[in-house]
Amino acid sequence: MANRTQPLSALVWVGTGALALVLTVTLAPLVAIAVTADDGFKLRAADWAAIRFTLLQAFLSASLSLAIAIPLARAVARRRFIGRGIFISLMGAPFILPVIVAVIGLIASYGHNGWLAHALQVIGLDLPEIYGLHGVVLAHVFFNLPLAARLILQEWQAIPQERIRLAQSLGLKGGAFFRHIEWPIVRSTAPGAFVVIFLLCCSSFAVALILGGGPRATTIELAIYQAFRFDFDLGRAASLAAVQGLLCLGLGAFALRLSARGTGLGTGLDRTSALPTEGRAFVDTLVIVAAGGFLALPLARIVILGLPNLTELPTAVWIAALRSLIMALSATALSIAMALPIAFALLRLRRAAMFEALCLLALVISPLALGTGWFLILRPITNPVTWALPVTICVNALMALPFVLRAVLPALREAEASQARLATALGLVGWHRFRHAILPRLVRPLGFAAGLCAALSMGDLGVIALFAAPDQATLPLEMLRLMGAYRMADAQGAALLLLILSLGLFWIFDRGGRYHA
Amino acid sequence: MKHTIIAAGMSIFAGAAMAENPVLHVYTYDSFVADWGPGPQIEAAFEESCGCDLQFVSAGDGAALLSRLQLEGSRSEADVVLGLDTNLMTAARDTGLFATHDISAEGLTLPIAWDDAEFLPFDWGYFAFVHNADLPNPPQSFEELAASDLRILIQDPRSSTPGLGLVYWIEAAYGDGAAQIWQDLADNIVTVTPGWSEAYGLFLEGEADMVLSYTTSPAYHLIAEEDPSKSAAAFDEGHYMQIEIAGITAASDQPDLARAFMTFMLSPAFQSVIPTTNWMYPAALPASALPDGFETLIAPEKVLHFSGDEAAALRDAAIDRWQTALSR
Repeated sequence: MANRTQPLSALVWVGTGALALVLTVTLAPLVAIAVTADDGFKLRAADWAAIRFTLLQAFLSASLSLAIAIPLARAVARRRFIGRGIFISLMGAPFILPVIVAVIGLIASYGHNGWLAHALQVIGLDLPEIYGLHGVVLAHVFFNLPLAARLILQEWQAIPQERIRLAQSLGLKGGAFFRHIEWPIVRSTAPGAFVVIFLLCCSSFAVALILGGGPRATTIELAIYQAFRFDFDLGRAASLAAVQGLLCLGLGAFALRLSARGTGLGTGLDRTSALPTEGRAFVDTLVIVAAGGFLALPLARIVILGLPNLTELPTAVWIAALRSLIMALSATALSIAMALPIAFALLRLRRAAMFEALCLLALVISPLALGTGWFLILRPITNPVTWALPVTICVNALMALPFVLRAVLPALREAEASQARLATALGLVGWHRFRHAILPRLVRPLGFAAGLCAALSMGDLGVIALFAAPDQATLPLEMLRLMGAYRMADAQGAALLLLILSLGLFWIFDRGGRYHA
Repeated sequence: MKHTIIAAGMSIFAGAAMAENPVLHVYTYDSFVADWGPGPQIEAAFEESCGCDLQFVSAGDGAALLSRLQLEGSRSEADVVLGLDTNLMTAARDTGLFATHDISAEGLTLPIAWDDAEFLPFDWGYFAFVHNADLPNPPQSFEELAASDLRILIQDPRSSTPGLGLVYWIEAAYGDGAAQIWQDLADNIVTVTPGWSEAYGLFLEGEADMVLSYTTSPAYHLIAEEDPSKSAAAFDEGHYMQIEIAGITAASDQPDLARAFMTFMLSPAFQSVIPTTNWMYPAALPASALPDGFETLIAPEKVLHFSGDEAAALRDAAIDRWQTALSR
């Protein structure tokens, strides 16, 4: 099918097909939910409480994350210190850290029996309860503070040299410098970061599952799970999934609009220079040490608690680890196999921007809503429990798709722009064209994307909790069971294993991509 | 460690391997199949004579068990469901997923008469709040508990039979005043766990002063660990009785084997394992057969209990009262 004037046209067809498949797989469950919820859109008082709690904790989490992230980003941007690079890398870790692992670390650090509680007891202070609103917000800040700080830091470091020099020659210092140079950065990045964090916290499941203290601290996502697993009320689960879907779509559209806005300031020549560092050195140091300690303590706890238990893990944990590994690799392969043809198709299709935005849908649709929808579709045909693993793999692949596309598309665009003419002149078509002209330029972003997808799938605790049988446990689910049975030593060992596997997968794929590039 | 990895590798594909013997799937709650629970001993005892492979499938706590069965519907591979209780009996019957057992229940030693076509009891007990024996002035009623600043752990009534039992306990003791009791208790509750195991584990870790469990729980510490440090608080309102039941699924592909298991369930081989593994009173053994240590347990002066139909009629409203009071 491939010929010289229409190179890779077969791939474009495959890509269009894959795009259609992705949209079907995403939208069909929403239709199933809408149809089921239509039987009677009835929410109880407690469901409204869950909706209120979801919004409240998301607001608090996003506000608190930003309130710390802004001074933290400023401090890191202004100061040069030993380990600064490591510090910035560490801030990227929570993103691929399995939620359940982090929660174990947080309980062991900031719980009723944790390090901090014992330390504070010496001076007669009591920590607030980690179960309930406090704990949910604490965990969300743990995950999103670094995300916000990195987003803002990026902009801060990109302040053009010209502007800093101009400010200095105008004698702008302290408050005036902040107002004219730094405040526009905050103003342009903070609202977008706030909405993104708000959105992430709204669809948070595992945190609320473990730290939510019953009816007082139930998120919509958790209420879907409870309506499904506890009450077996499919109508209510679907109603809640519809609320969740609308909320996330609305927020997602809002976030997309905000992120399109610029700083309103002219750009420079992309040269950056050091920001003024006069004054406030003590405050900056305090902010960096406090935030670094807050983030590093739970991670250190996981390593210290898990290490002695790692060799004594029960067989079930190893089985679950192996199953998770196979599932993570399958989801990664599936995600890449979908993303590549879709990326090719997007370069050639009309209205590509619209289709690309549709692919981002997966980012805002809650995994539990997807899982519920697929359960509703499968149940009349087969025993859905036997499909728990394939559905989980598909949902994980789908969730990672936006990240993979985001990483691959720009590289592909560039490869096509720089190599297409040469390849055509050389008569390279089809597979050879892809193999020699395009692929070498994709390896690096592909490695990064595959690492991200594998790590996220490895640590995912979502759909699998919805309808897995006990003999289908993934490592995060097995960990949850061990915590439930209060076999904390085993759970801590499993946490370290999961941490090693998640970060290890990311590292191997990312390194592999760089090595071959 | 090597052999565990090999075992892991083998059993991941074990689902595909065909078993020689017919397989009987018994769905039950988590703590029943734990290493220290009754599951392992009962599996060994039944497999000695049945010529079958008995497989326990755990699905959370008792109430989650029923949802799991509904989730799988008539395509479930469950043959027997063991671990529901009388509070859930009518709801379970109404799913239409259970068959009649056709077993004449003789030799039952329950405090109440039993006559049910679909379900048979296997053990029973009284709910109680368990605390460390050195707790000063343990409360003697829900009102005293609510007025105190004691930290308690309870279970979710939608997923756990003890959690549901507590809701009925308060309904039976206070009727129209139940909502008020829940509101007053709200600030005592540290967390609501999905099942009994989680709550009891947190209690043993020192996360709370009291945990909702059974009057028989201190016997575990006394007999298995020779530790007399746990007590159950006797409440003046009386204690709610739980009767745990099992039933055969209508869709079972091994109905004869399932019936044989239900008969075995009421035999001494099964019943004698219950007191020191499930830490409940056996449903078909005389009190004289109880192990030493059980005589130290508190015996409620007043017993509260709803029939299956009464419990079913109350369920939605009672859970709603619980949820509304606690979600404020």
